[in-house]
Amino acid sequence: MAHKVGYGQTLKEWIFTIDHKRIGILYLIGSLAAFAVAGLMAILIRIELGSIGPTITNPQTYNTWLYFHGAAMILAFQIPALTGFLANYLIPLMIGAKDMAFPRLNALSLWLFWAGIVVALLTFVIPDSPDIMWTGYPPYSLRSGGNTAFYVFTVHLMGFSSIVGGINLITTVIYMRAPGLTWGKLNIFVWSTLGAFILQLIFIPVLAAAVTMLLFDKYIGTHFFDPSAGGDVLLYQNLFWFYSHPAVYVILLPTMGIIYEIVATFSKNRVFNYKMVVYGGIGGVVLLSGEVWIHHLFTSGMPDWIRLGMMVSTLMISIPVGLLMIGLIGTLYKAAIQYTTPMLYAVGFIFLFLIGGLTGIPNAMTAIDLAIHDTHFIVGHFHYVMAVSTTFAIFGSIYYLFPKMTGKMYNETLGKSGFIISFIGVNVTFFTMMIVGIKGMPRRYFDYQQFPQLEGLHFIVTIGAFIIGLGALINLIAWIHGLAAGKKADDNPWSSRSIEWMTTTPPPPGNFHPIPELSEDWHPYGYGNS
Amino acid sequence: MIRKIINVICLSFLMLAAASTSYAEHEVRGFGKIPDLPGGWQHLFNEMLIDITVIGVIFAGITIYFLIRYRRRYAGQEGRPPRLSIAAAIGWALIPAFIFMADDLYLAAEGWTLFNDYRTVPENAYEVKLEGQMWSWNFKYPEGVETVNELRVPAGTPVLVRMTSRDVIHSFFLPDFKVKEDLMPGRVTYLWFYPKEPGEHLITCAEFCGVLHSSMRGTIIALPKDEFNKWIEDEKRALAEEEAKGGA
Repeated sequence: MAHKVGYGQTLKEWIFTIDHKRIGILYLIGSLAAFAVAGLMAILIRIELGSIGPTITNPQTYNTWLYFHGAAMILAFQIPALTGFLANYLIPLMIGAKDMAFPRLNALSLWLFWAGIVVALLTFVIPDSPDIMWTGYPPYSLRSGGNTAFYVFTVHLMGFSSIVGGINLITTVIYMRAPGLTWGKLNIFVWSTLGAFILQLIFIPVLAAAVTMLLFDKYIGTHFFDPSAGGDVLLYQNLFWFYSHPAVYVILLPTMGIIYEIVATFSKNRVFNYKMVVYGGIGGVVLLSGEVWIHHLFTSGMPDWIRLGMMVSTLMISIPVGLLMIGLIGTLYKAAIQYTTPMLYAVGFIFLFLIGGLTGIPNAMTAIDLAIHDTHFIVGHFHYVMAVSTTFAIFGSIYYLFPKMTGKMYNETLGKSGFIISFIGVNVTFFTMMIVGIKGMPRRYFDYQQFPQLEGLHFIVTIGAFIIGLGALINLIAWIHGLAAGKKADDNPWSSRSIEWMTTTPPPPGNFHPIPELSEDWHPYGYGNS
Repeated sequence: MIRKIINVICLSFLMLAAASTSYAEHEVRGFGKIPDLPGGWQHLFNEMLIDITVIGVIFAGITIYFLIRYRRRYAGQEGRPPRLSIAAAIGWALIPAFIFMADDLYLAAEGWTLFNDYRTVPENAYEVKLEGQMWSWNFKYPEGVETVNELRVPAGTPVLVRMTSRDVIHSFFLPDFKVKEDLMPGRVTYLWFYPKEPGEHLITCAEFCGVLHSSMRGTIIALPKDEFNKWIEDEKRALAEEEAKGGA
């Protein structure tokens, strides 16, 4: 069954595939590779900061590490893993479709992404590697000897890939749903990914414009951001964050979506207040996402009135996000919770996201932000809220889909020990980091001789980073072990009601033979009705 | 059902009203008094910390209770959630939304008051000009005196710093005074702080500005008023002598 004509296992058939499942898996491989390299950078950064004084490198190299860690984690790991791997792999299966609406366009978006990864990695072999941080603020990015063009081209490739993927996915969800799958029966993950792609389509062009202007300023001699010739340095920051703040919701929405899937499946329970989650939570985030970018500019001399206005609109984001959390926790009420590895990751996510979300409130408050902006407090906060929470969701989803993707089961003991070690590691690292920040330590520092009292805390953060590294390594071993020696998986090992589990494991080309018949009272979360 | 919805809406407005009265009751600050920025910051930060801890403990507590209470007892067990009526479903969206909104508006009102203090410079402030460059802080006093990486100020007088940059963006960060504002080429920004007692305080840069970003630091030295006046007179005299020499 799995080996029909045109679905062999040769390298050529993988590379030139237009099958959404293989494209999804190739996205996963690319993004995990980016995660590994960027994670290694993080460990190196933490070794450097483990003690005062130059430890293993010089400021120039250190700044390149910082740049690569940030840019790669966001642009090459999180966004592609969520909107590339998960959306590509899951959504056609979840809506009972044969494939994406435009399979060849899908392959194009994958190859744009891989080209982006290659350009990003070239950063390390060119002599003038960029050191402009993932934000690339001018005038520094214009004056720096680092090659800003590499940064700009990476953003262009990844952005174009996302736009193409977004158009494809939105079309797929609108036109390719299985007969009987109404909008009211879509999985939360489908809704949240739709929301994320709508945000991508609206905001990516703004980022593309901003970095293109940066490129022109540096290499063609325009003066968009040069005040001595009528430009404005703050224009870039406004344009950049006009995309890059909504980008955190592009990351948050699919993250929330996949967590809902995992929680509902392993609680064998209906999603609590489905309509509130879709309209209030997902819809609310999409509506409010474009109204908050000034909170990144609270200390940059924006007019006082807009700092106050954006404080209120930023705080209001807590409403849809709070509703999403209530829906998630409500789903646990009167449930039958089964603690598998993916469920542990989902539960871990709830606590990490709670800490991350609540520590966002001080940043949203303009007056409080004046002291903690650009300190390690911010670094700790956004690692909780987007870096670590999202990575937990991605790792959890890899375990969740492991049987479907590979036809084999992973080892629960390995999976669970990976989770426990990672969970301890991230809390040691990022909670301590927030304390360091409140004590005044700014971010992006190579050294901190002016803060000798913080050396002990920094050492703890570095130890935590090693624990996280160990956790990630155990996860990698668990996946390789599962691939090599895992037991054969059933079609529906988690007894889920959702459509993606109705096909054989692994799914054949064309996904469903025949397309599933959905009865009138079927619902993806229709547990507990029997 | 309609009555239920009306109740929900009334309750929410009550909470909004509670938030706004707490804003009105906020202590009226006396004119001419210098607001205590780090104190006000710490006060609001603590208040906010209690706020988020309470929310966090409620959410985490309920989650932990559910996680323990509703574990699967036997293979094949499924959840038995209650079916929500339409009123309950709307209530479960509106009531939390209004509670969150009330808390947001309460915090926003508190933050607004403090932010106004941050941006309203006391009338008798001593004004210093600051120009940042890679990688030093260049101060210019109203008397014409200039210093690098060291700002001497009279203790007991609020200080206003007007800032700009020669090259890239820097950020003037005084951890002890809980203030920070960026320096940009082509723009002038300001902040003020109040060194109550004589003493030394750290200046450090908070916006990435290149290779020596982390070494871009300086000191604020608050001197007793007469000592400061003596220092500035000496500096002025030295400056005048230098100019006379240069002119001759």
